[in-house]
Amino acid sequence: MVAKRIIPCLDIKNGRTVKGINFVELKDAGDPVELAQKYSNAGADELVFLDISATLEERETIYDLVKKVGECINIPFAVGGGISEVNRVEKILKNGADKVSINSAAVRDPLVVKRISDAFGSQCTIVAVDGKQVNGKWLIHTHGGTRSTDLDLFEWVQKVQDLGAGEILFTSMDNDGTKAGFALEALAYMDELLSIPVIASGGAGNMEHFHEAFNDGMASAGLAASIFHFGEIEIPDLKNYLIKKGNNIRP
Amino acid sequence: MIAIVDYNAGNTCSVINALNRLNIDHILTADPLDIEKADKIILPGVGHAKAAMDNLEKRNLTDVLKAAKQPFLGVCVGMQLMASMSTEGPTQALGIVDNIVQRFEFDSNAMKVPHMGWNRIHKTSDHPVFAGINDGSFVYFVHSYYMPQNEHSICTTNYGISYSAAICRDNFVGVQFHPEKSGPIGERLLKNFVEL
Repeated sequence: MVAKRIIPCLDIKNGRTVKGINFVELKDAGDPVELAQKYSNAGADELVFLDISATLEERETIYDLVKKVGECINIPFAVGGGISEVNRVEKILKNGADKVSINSAAVRDPLVVKRISDAFGSQCTIVAVDGKQVNGKWLIHTHGGTRSTDLDLFEWVQKVQDLGAGEILFTSMDNDGTKAGFALEALAYMDELLSIPVIASGGAGNMEHFHEAFNDGMASAGLAASIFHFGEIEIPDLKNYLIKKGNNIRP
Repeated sequence: MIAIVDYNAGNTCSVINALNRLNIDHILTADPLDIEKADKIILPGVGHAKAAMDNLEKRNLTDVLKAAKQPFLGVCVGMQLMASMSTEGPTQALGIVDNIVQRFEFDSNAMKVPHMGWNRIHKTSDHPVFAGINDGSFVYFVHSYYMPQNEHSICTTNYGISYSAAICRDNFVGVQFHPEKSGPIGERLLKNFVEL
């Protein structure tokens, strides 16, 4: 069977890695290429680069970064943040990325999912969704979680699956930053609804949380940022822990 | 010199990067003459089998590939095109191996499609491209269509069923996984191929 994946996420601003807690007090965390290489050597199964640059001008630097990462690392990586059209996707993939992740743009125009998937294949089309419970209902939020919509999370992920998404990156805003664990019930429900893999994001605080995401949330992969960046969990330790608990993990 | 077939089928950049890391000479080409005189041929590919096959035909590349006498490596969709046909489209393919590539069909949503991520390979026969690669090694897959296990399988993987992770017929080798994205194991395979 296919192994459960561990995915560090690197936030990128103007071509540099930044670290912050809940997007405040962003600090420069150095060269993304070096960090990517470090994670790859430590056994990360895949990487996600999320461009949080504020301006279009800053976002142009992502292509150079993608090129350098592709030259240096030999595991798959995805790029997200500010991607809204096929020509940008093409440029990112041609520079060496394996997948792109789209979020707000899909909400604005769901057919962009189909256009990207038709042009480059569903295997490289991740749709990232930020969900938050409002009056007991999971609703989609956009623009880094700052704008609410009335889209039901579970209806939305089924819709983008039908439009050609190959994978869902689900971040629970209720869990993000809490370090209290992933949104297990929502993940498990999504797993039942969908035939494509789901990456769990938001809430990882310890190694057990990944075990829960894989076994209770039925996620295909677990994504985290700060716990890896701040060295709270080392990837080899996490993988050994998960293997000992009976998970199918690439050592 | 290795010819990487340029037919607008996706991940050529990743394959080029991997060969560069290994200091292996290569050209990216859609010229049948270049391909014919190359020491080795790599047919990469991701995406849609019919679109990929149409692109090969448009560039008049099918004959030169079928007639290749030098070591040939098909990767992912590049391997699927070695079959006689694929139900993705559907499309006729190169017919190097007499088999039909088909979609993963599972009764339950518990088996996700695409098959995406790291999975183990199991050798069914010894082939020099797998020299030094242990049985049970993890490599990276991403695909929704597969070639069933057959007499040309040299490696299998289990995802709901046991299917061809790698095939060989004479000088033709195909791998369903992505050696260029499979860490040190994948690099070993590419190195082995170059040394064939």
